[in-house]
Amino acid sequence: MMKIDDISKLNSLYLDVLRELGNIGTGNALTALSSMTGKRLNMRAPLVKILKLSDVPDLLGDPEKKVVGVFFEMSGDVKANILFVLTVNSAKQIINMILNTEAVNEEFDDMEISVISEVSNILVASYVNALSQLMNLKLAITPPAYSMDMAGAILSVPAVQFGEIGDYALYIETDFLEDNDRINGYIFMIPDVGGLEKIMRNLGVDY
Amino acid sequence: MNRIKVGMADYKVAVAPDILMTIGLGSCVGITLYDPVLKIGGMAHIMLPCSAHYSNNFNKAKFADTAIEILLKELIEMGAVTRRLVSKIAGGARMFEIRSTDERMKIGERNVEAATKVLESKGIPIVAKDVGGTYGRTIELNLEDGSLLVKTIGHGEKIL
Repeated sequence: MMKIDDISKLNSLYLDVLRELGNIGTGNALTALSSMTGKRLNMRAPLVKILKLSDVPDLLGDPEKKVVGVFFEMSGDVKANILFVLTVNSAKQIINMILNTEAVNEEFDDMEISVISEVSNILVASYVNALSQLMNLKLAITPPAYSMDMAGAILSVPAVQFGEIGDYALYIETDFLEDNDRINGYIFMIPDVGGLEKIMRNLGVDY
Repeated sequence: MNRIKVGMADYKVAVAPDILMTIGLGSCVGITLYDPVLKIGGMAHIMLPCSAHYSNNFNKAKFADTAIEILLKELIEMGAVTRRLVSKIAGGARMFEIRSTDERMKIGERNVEAATKVLESKGIPIVAKDVGGTYGRTIELNLEDGSLLVKTIGHGEKIL
């Protein structure tokens, strides 16, 4: 069996499989978010982004833009990082929908942060459950870790593991949008390289 | 005056009146070297502490040790004198508080330690630093006077 040592050279079958994981995971996650907020959500086709490390902070455009990021480590049979990113405005909308309030302040209080963390937790758990069933693997996630900060600083966190093996990083990205454009977010699944091999093996993909 | 952007795992050197900048340092560390006499300087945006731990270590700007070496080499080629150089560093945050056995979450601290050790070994003083914490930083090195502007979201702005 071949070892993945250069993710910039993954073949297209591989990329299709990873896109499909993003599709199934995010589909499940959005069903959970829809039932929590009562809003219809649409997802875009997942993208597998293979980026030079230097381009990672620009993944969502302006790297200095303030965003909300909730970070998870996935463990068990496959290791990965999962990052849920919301625009600040979308985070506000979700808080309003869940708490039935009119949050206007840009600095969230503990209660509001815990709403976002908990919503993210449910979302990401749904994502991971779908993957776990699909691949017949045991997967678990750590509790949510919240941050509101520059997009570049948040997005660079999962890139470190790729820095250890090469100069490219792989992010499976799925964007979603609420019907009225009020909620816009991104779910990133960033498998580690050993994880990639295991995913392919369990899905019976030859490489 | 040009504003020269330094990406992640990247480095640049320049001359006054240019400004060297790097955006969104999380656990990464921005290392700057400056020669106040020639008004030249360099900036690296490093991700990992030490190149010796990895077999694929061709990208010198990715590691604290090799990034400092390459900055130093290029600045000396431009006429800088090592004993005149001063360094300022920023970054090395822990962006997410996560209960984890994974050492990766402590990478920020290790990056700062490594940068400090390598600079010490070269005899280059760190005259200012803004490191640690749980927030990201954008830095700008003004080669006119060697000042380092540190910008954050929610934790103010300062000039080192």
